[in-house]
Amino acid sequence: MTEPKQTPMQRKAVALISGGLDSLLAVKVVQEQGIHVEGINFYTGFCVEGHTHAIRKKDKKKQKRNNALWCAEQLGIKLHIIDISEEYKDVVLNPKHGYGANLNPCLDCKIFMVSQAQLMLNKAREFGEDKGFDFIITGEVIGQRPKSQRKETMPLIARESQAEDRLLRPLCAQHLPPTLPEREGWIDRTKLLDFEGRNRKPQMALAKHYGFDDYSQPAGGCCFLTDESYSKKLADLWQAQGRRDYELDDIMLLKIGRHIRPAPNYKLIISREEGENNFMEGYRKQFHTIRTLSHPGPLTLVDGAPTTEDLQYAATIAARFSQGRDAETVEVQIDRKGEPSIVTKITPMAPQDIPKSWYI
Amino acid sequence: MTTENGKIDKSQQQLDVRKLLCPMPVIKTQNAVNEMSPGDQLIIIASDPGTLEDIPTWSRINGHKILNIEEIDREITFLLEVGEE
Repeated sequence: MTEPKQTPMQRKAVALISGGLDSLLAVKVVQEQGIHVEGINFYTGFCVEGHTHAIRKKDKKKQKRNNALWCAEQLGIKLHIIDISEEYKDVVLNPKHGYGANLNPCLDCKIFMVSQAQLMLNKAREFGEDKGFDFIITGEVIGQRPKSQRKETMPLIARESQAEDRLLRPLCAQHLPPTLPEREGWIDRTKLLDFEGRNRKPQMALAKHYGFDDYSQPAGGCCFLTDESYSKKLADLWQAQGRRDYELDDIMLLKIGRHIRPAPNYKLIISREEGENNFMEGYRKQFHTIRTLSHPGPLTLVDGAPTTEDLQYAATIAARFSQGRDAETVEVQIDRKGEPSIVTKITPMAPQDIPKSWYI
Repeated sequence: MTTENGKIDKSQQQLDVRKLLCPMPVIKTQNAVNEMSPGDQLIIIASDPGTLEDIPTWSRINGHKILNIEEIDREITFLLEVGEE
């Protein structure tokens, strides 16, 4: 009687899915080798996905899809979306490795996300060696990003996240020392790739090979912190508060409207269109608000601690963005938090009287 | 809750994610579904138009069924049935 042939254990990997092309391809390359893959996607609060598309009318023609979900469906994998917005504050406020060109803590961010995946591995292994995931996949490519994806940062991310050699980067693995899944033979190293640098052509060719043709190619990445104008608004918020901290509502509101700061103690957030107006309506009770009564105009939220005189002055700025901008007087309603509303007539401020330096 | 023929109805829960923007409605749906059993139903009320794409996609990739979608004014109501693990 012959011994029944033992089938090798199905190995499982968890992949960081950003919604971009690299993580999509990294998973596909590993799936081709018979590995079961599931995705995780982290919500930091700074994700470009969704929010602004939902708010701004001009984006209404754009497909309102979540690219991480789209990638998961293309790959036929499960996707776990995890809200890490609270824990992520420490990454944004105290990045050990500093910021990139703006307030983007890309290296600390990557270490944090891989370490979260590593926690999932550890947690699952408590229930047995054959439970949960065996290794982590990312779509990193050496030399692709000036701050976080360099030859020197690759081992650093593996070490500081504690993923060590359970972290596999299929798109550039040939340039890196063999990891556990390669050494153990779960993965054939010769079938992994040798991409490097900022040239996207190899990725595009591979996407074509796999038949992916509608993938997302965000110009500025998928995080608002890489955006110069957004980072300026966040820095202004910290300066005005006198401390480096934020609430989720703060960082949501930095994504929308015109932000004008005439004085250190308050700023105006003026909606630019109907979609923003509707969204900002939800914040009416948390802020002082200004709306024009005699002419159609945007909703304005006033953040900070303005005096009644400040609010009257702010109303002249808000009215400049209403259809009464050229009128002699505009009637406005100022709703003060917890105090009676004021209805008054003001003269809209002339555009040339609003210094450029007030625009954040 | 019992149906007309007297059978016990599947457990049905409601989730209000109005005013939340994607991906929060998906995350809340996922967290609610994780606590439910196969066959249970979840009514999700959302206001972000992005959910029209995201909640059905999330349901498809995770093996759940969207039985109905109703859109009235700016409110979207989904009826989701939890799938087998």
